Amino acid sequence: MKTPMWKRVVGYILQALLALLFVSPLLWVLISSFSPQPGSSQIDGWGINNYLTLFGFQEGLPRYLFNSIVVSLVAVVFSVLVCTLAGYSFSRFNYPGRNLGFMVTLSILMVPYASLLIPMMVWFKSIGLNNSLVGVGLVLTLFQLPMSVFIMRIAFDAIPKSLEEAALCDGCNSLQALVKVLMPSVKPSMVTVGLLAFLEAWNNFMMPLYLVSSENAPLPLALVNMRSQAMGAIDYGITEAGVVVLMIPCAVLFLALQKYYVRGFMAGAVKG
Amino acid sequence: MSAASPQSQSKARLRKRPRSKAAMAETRRGWSYAAPDWVFIIGLFIVPIVLLVVMAGSRWSLMGGNRGWNFPENFIKVFEHPLLLKSMGFTLKYTVIVTIILLALGLGLALLVQESSKWNSILRTCFLLPSATGLASASLLFYALYSPQVGPVTRILSFFGLMEADGSVLATGSSALWATTLVIVWRYSGYYMLLMMIGLQSIPGDLYEAARMDGAGTWRIFRSITLPLMKPTIVMCLVYCVTGSILAFDQFFIITRGGPNNETLTVVQLIYSFAFESKKDLGMAAALSLLVLVFLVIINSIQMRGMRDDTK
Repeated sequence: MKTPMWKRVVGYILQALLALLFVSPLLWVLISSFSPQPGSSQIDGWGINNYLTLFGFQEGLPRYLFNSIVVSLVAVVFSVLVCTLAGYSFSRFNYPGRNLGFMVTLSILMVPYASLLIPMMVWFKSIGLNNSLVGVGLVLTLFQLPMSVFIMRIAFDAIPKSLEEAALCDGCNSLQALVKVLMPSVKPSMVTVGLLAFLEAWNNFMMPLYLVSSENAPLPLALVNMRSQAMGAIDYGITEAGVVVLMIPCAVLFLALQKYYVRGFMAGAVKG
Repeated sequence: MSAASPQSQSKARLRKRPRSKAAMAETRRGWSYAAPDWVFIIGLFIVPIVLLVVMAGSRWSLMGGNRGWNFPENFIKVFEHPLLLKSMGFTLKYTVIVTIILLALGLGLALLVQESSKWNSILRTCFLLPSATGLASASLLFYALYSPQVGPVTRILSFFGLMEADGSVLATGSSALWATTLVIVWRYSGYYMLLMMIGLQSIPGDLYEAARMDGAGTWRIFRSITLPLMKPTIVMCLVYCVTGSILAFDQFFIITRGGPNNETLTVVQLIYSFAFESKKDLGMAAALSLLVLVFLVIINSIQMRGMRDDTK
């Protein structure tokens, strides 16, 4: 009983249309950021005027990009470092406090960051991290911990113990065993952890909204500020250009590292 | 073990001593590798939670700082605030709508692309691509799409006579709700598709085989095999989706700003408004944050317990 040819063709066409529907907003914003529009910097003919305006708007695009990069870098470096070490600790060492540590780390999942930003703001002010991009990166790292420590622990659990025992017998200490013997095997999971941290840090809007002022805004917050601060009519051209600038690194990283992204989800699903 | 001779006891102690030394070394190493994790948890998680409770019970204004304990005044002010019930009602309505659509669409897309082929992997990538974009950029993108000046949405809808030529889909409360729901559905369908696909893969293939041998149709197989075996996955997606929707902020803050006339104001937006806009009162904002936090911990633990019992 084979499906007739015409039915399969119709199926393919419908599926293609559905896929196009999902991609079309991305294509639309890409095209219209270059196309002529009334009320934007690109009034007649195609060109890059929206991007030029964005480049020099308020503090300037380079400043906002720099802010975004600082926040993302802090979040990625700390997430990978802290989660690798904690995953190693919770997987390889048997000691009192190990399960407590793991459970407390997972319990961060129960507490949404939206409910902690008010005290976080006050706390940061009293420890000198107010209006600090590093502070935002650290908070982002905290909320990456539960999922990412979990991913790293599973990765270490999957490696046979004999591997590092051999290294320990050869006179390595536990840190050398980690760096030289175990790290190469868990590298894919470290990439996953770093990718998840980057996507979250690069795109997060709410944490900087609470924790930094407008000249320290990363790009998503800066774009929202530009929109609401523009006098009178809104310049949609800047918004479109900004959205494209925000999306390009995500889309490129996602397409290049899709395998690692999917792995991260696998870990989340296993936990449930 | 009282019958053990003193000799064997001392032997045991002798054997134990070096082992306990090794155990101490292991404990020391274990703790030192977990130390950075603990520093984050104590410094950025436990301290803020304690501070949240203190702030919720104190007179604490945005400019003036801490002015001392006043429990339960903040909670009374929160409960008496006219927008609280309205925003709670709206948040729940939004949560129900988004959850139903996302779970149905996620499962549908997963069933569509679950078999691995070149064509399906292209489809998967297309569905997943929006989830690589941030919620804020997705919201800004749709904000432009919905604008009557530059976006095609108004033109398309008015072409079909569904709205006026210069109107905005954000002009009324219910159309703004649907417009924002569309952003979330676009952004998250691929995410739920992925989670559902992982669940589908864990169903053994010979079950389908056997059902087909018995002459079961596609719909029957879906109802009697796929749905029951997918229950743990569906419950997990439900937890994620409900939690995420109750906390909705970015999309409404950017697209509707709670308007028109506070009709699309969510609870988390109300926290922001208490803190920075209407009241400039961090005590009230903390009190509402604490209520949201307790509420979510309760639903999470109920739902997780349900999940554990089901999988047993």
